[in-house]
Amino acid sequence: MAKVLVVTSGKGGVGKTTSSAALGAALAQTGQNVVVVDFDVGLRNLDLIMGAERRVVFDLVNVVQGDAKLAQALIRDKRVDTLSLLPASQTRDKDALTPEGVERVIDELREKFDWIICDSPAGIERGATLAMRHADMAIVVTNPEVSSVRDSDRIIGLLDSKTVKAESGETIEKHLLLTRYDPGRAARGEMLKVDDILEILAIPLIGIIPDSEDVLRASNVGCPVTLHDPSCAPARAYNDSARRLLGETIEIVTPSEKKTLMSRLFGRKVA
Amino acid sequence: MAMVVMPEAPFPAWLDALDRQIGRSVGFFEGRPVVVNLSLLADSEDDAPAVLKSLEARDLRIIGVEGIDMERLRETPWYGVNLAPPGREGRGDRAIEIPERTEPAPPEPPPAASPRPSLLIDRPVRSGQSIVFEDGDITVVGPVASGAELIAGGSIHVYGTLRGRAVAGLASGQGARIFCSRLAAELLAIDGLYRTADHWGTGLQGRAVQVWLHDKELRLAALG
Repeated sequence: MAKVLVVTSGKGGVGKTTSSAALGAALAQTGQNVVVVDFDVGLRNLDLIMGAERRVVFDLVNVVQGDAKLAQALIRDKRVDTLSLLPASQTRDKDALTPEGVERVIDELREKFDWIICDSPAGIERGATLAMRHADMAIVVTNPEVSSVRDSDRIIGLLDSKTVKAESGETIEKHLLLTRYDPGRAARGEMLKVDDILEILAIPLIGIIPDSEDVLRASNVGCPVTLHDPSCAPARAYNDSARRLLGETIEIVTPSEKKTLMSRLFGRKVA
Repeated sequence: MAMVVMPEAPFPAWLDALDRQIGRSVGFFEGRPVVVNLSLLADSEDDAPAVLKSLEARDLRIIGVEGIDMERLRETPWYGVNLAPPGREGRGDRAIEIPERTEPAPPEPPPAASPRPSLLIDRPVRSGQSIVFEDGDITVVGPVASGAELIAGGSIHVYGTLRGRAVAGLASGQGARIFCSRLAAELLAIDGLYRTADHWGTGLQGRAVQVWLHDKELRLAALG
């Protein structure tokens, strides 16, 4: 049965789009049929991160408003053929999305795919609430700092009240994805601790993605980090998270600082 | 204008009826001068001084007694007090209807099963959520996030970390208290008196704490 997964956070810039692309690619590589839907109408980025910006003809708004068929707007990934993208419109704004239109598109996608990953815009307004509206489960992307944690808490409250599942009395499955985790700063006590974040948010952890240049490098070339360099630390963390989504039990390891010769000699990492 | 009260025979039954009337219209006789006319009891065996005593016992302000032979009042302070001649013509002797109390009787108190209602929340209260329960206490089993608020008519109990706002005593007033197993609150208020986290400093941060009002001052103390 198709699963609708919303990737959300409340706060901007924490890594929703990067995580949507990386998890989508990782799931698709296991043979699952995956579509990643960009709900950030007016500020679309997912096409760039997935390297499909030159192939966009129709978009989510066209399909929602009935100007294009779903098949015309879907873009199949060139690297993994079970991975598709439904881009957002850059020229419109969130008001172009209607609840009925979004519901129709999601229902149509459910028939074609195993996983529908909704990349939510930041904020708690129309775009974000429509992105989470029909979700079966949610990944809450959080950075280890106080403002991100509080915004995530707010979003969890909305997931528990404003989604179709919540309104019909069911609970929506929620997972915490910690991104931009800097082992060095964590060791120096400059970041919120994982346990503290879990205590505040009180939802299960699905993965910890270390802060890494590899993520930036993959974004710059328009490739999900899990496809770009599958052996790098963030890609491995995303792959493990994807397998946990599929139900596998894999122990979560908190990233720790690599002990280089220099750090052994000087005791702490050079900035 | 004085009211004339005319006891009838048999007196004990009449007194019972008066008691029921007073029960229905509390305060009807309050502050009103009363003249007791005993003419209807003149032929009965009733003891006039005892009749007057039982009326005084019901807080009737008796200013005079009429309709009876003065000799029978010899043992009372009313002996020899002469009112206007009996049988005045006209309006003075109109019978007055004692009004029934018009407002409905107070509703029966609800069954004793839940004398003080309370609201139990057994999941985390998230940032941006506002739990308002004006009827009684709020109990939260779980954390209350920064940016969330609890507003209770009575007391507030948080079995978890209280990071948001807690406003207690909306209905019950200064008797309300706030309890939490870990204090990290942004604002605490009881009965309209509030303090922000700046006020209580860091000494109690992270500890189990209770908050109450003492002499219009918000007090905090560690529990246990």
